[in-house]
Amino acid sequence: MTLTETRPGSTLPETPDAAEAAFRARRRRAKLNTGLVTGMLVVLIAVTAHLGDFFKMVQVTLDDGSRDWRWIVLAGLPRLGEFIALTLPSISFESFAADIVEWFWRWQVWLRLLIETVLIAFMATTFGVVGGFLLSFPAARNLAPNAWVLWLSRRYLEIARTVPELVWALIFVFCFGVGPMAGVLAVGLHSAGALGKLYSEVNENIDMRPLEGVRAAGGTWADQIRYGAVPQVLPNIISYTLLRFEINVRASSIIGYVGAGGLGQEIRTALSFQEYTDLSALFVIIFVTVIVIDYASEKVRHRVIGMEADR
Amino acid sequence: MYQGRLQLRALTRRFGAATAVDAVGLDIPAGQFVGVIGRSGAGKSTLLRLINRLIEPTEGQVLFGETDITALKGKALRDWRRACAMIFQQFNLVDRLDVLTNVLVGRLADRGFFPSMAMQFSDNDRADAIAALDRLDLVGQTLQRAGTLSGGQQQRVAIARALMQRPRLMLADEPIASLDPGNATKVMEALRQINEDDGLTVIVNLHTLDTAREYCDRIVAMREGRVMFDGAAQHLTDKVVRDIYGSDGLDDFSEVVTSTKVKISA
Repeated sequence: MTLTETRPGSTLPETPDAAEAAFRARRRRAKLNTGLVTGMLVVLIAVTAHLGDFFKMVQVTLDDGSRDWRWIVLAGLPRLGEFIALTLPSISFESFAADIVEWFWRWQVWLRLLIETVLIAFMATTFGVVGGFLLSFPAARNLAPNAWVLWLSRRYLEIARTVPELVWALIFVFCFGVGPMAGVLAVGLHSAGALGKLYSEVNENIDMRPLEGVRAAGGTWADQIRYGAVPQVLPNIISYTLLRFEINVRASSIIGYVGAGGLGQEIRTALSFQEYTDLSALFVIIFVTVIVIDYASEKVRHRVIGMEADR
Repeated sequence: MYQGRLQLRALTRRFGAATAVDAVGLDIPAGQFVGVIGRSGAGKSTLLRLINRLIEPTEGQVLFGETDITALKGKALRDWRRACAMIFQQFNLVDRLDVLTNVLVGRLADRGFFPSMAMQFSDNDRADAIAALDRLDLVGQTLQRAGTLSGGQQQRVAIARALMQRPRLMLADEPIASLDPGNATKVMEALRQINEDDGLTVIVNLHTLDTAREYCDRIVAMREGRVMFDGAAQHLTDKVVRDIYGSDGLDDFSEVVTSTKVKISA
């Protein structure tokens, strides 16, 4: 079935000339559409930039002490350089080792908190996988036993992932007090929502014939899922889970900012005490950790894919 | 529990404005080998799925012995599906599970929730599964992934799964339409053997007339959801065939063209 046939009201061109004319007309329409959409986007961006104070003028103090008006972006950019300069430690060649030790002076605390961060991410990923996996089947259009269950599980997953980790963390710190428990729940709930959505999209693309086979053999809904669906989606689920673990390590390193455990609390302390070099030290720690975990999980993922291909 | 004849009474299924199966009435005694023929879209697949209730009827009744199949729910419905095993054109196996587990799926109706979720089966079930595979000459493939087998092997795994259900009735939806003639013959021979040895009723949808003539005690021909012919193969004349397939202008319509016949000497 071609596009022309499905379009109501259009007839098939009968001569080559007519076909060419029809093609030109369609091209014209397509160009017009592209132009319209581009114009609308430009207007939207301009309005947004204006509302976001992008065009604002601010007063700055010049070197001779006089005040002048400058565009906010030009006035603010140098401040970024100033901030970065503040966070850089002074490291000289002669006293290199001592300078590094000085830079990472709180390494014992930070190491403990780093381990805590990774453990929060690990537990949160575990909860996220269990919750997301179980809900991904009723939340898949082709697998949901009925419309109610579909609606409920989809809304639940939406709420869980729409609220950011930091907000969940605030709520759980209020409930369970300061500490990693709140962090695990916050990151876990958010990733259950995000993973559940990803998994359910995988579920919606599966071949339904094996499920029909299980059903015809007298299997229950759960049997159809377990035998028909799960074996099909497992490799994708493993892949998404490892990816989520990386994301969760990053998330867990910031939720400490509101008291939910992990390295984030040190970021807050450093900022409020204006210990700017601590910030760069923490940044290096998180950066290296994320790189290591990225690398390791990529290895594992390729292993899994490789095992799949070999079987 | 389920004994005796299968009766369809004014069985009807509509999809929107289209009527896929239109007031079909059939009376099939136990142990018969019935072939259902008709061109694509004649309602053959829908008819089979109405019998095991993979599709719900709009009107009419299915009776097996004294039991009203159309009224079954929950566990009773799953037991009925277990009792009338189905094999499919595309085999409907789980490609990524091994052959043994695929065959054990036939026992799921008897398993509790937790053993079933853990893919735990009893030694007895496993022994039965291997016996079923042996009967279909597939023991060598027991631990292979179903997806790596050839089409003919997959269909025989599907038959082994069906046998595991200890069925009273075997439904086959175009079981040989995706197979080459050699494998098609093997699969049809397996169905005939089950019909003769176990006394199972077999209802099979077929594309190919010569296969229907060769294997079936009784041929039911459908067109546009209705039964146009119901009788023994020898009564299926060329004129009837032309009516069923509506071969307008196809003067030299020939069974030989669709033939899948291969004689295996064994």
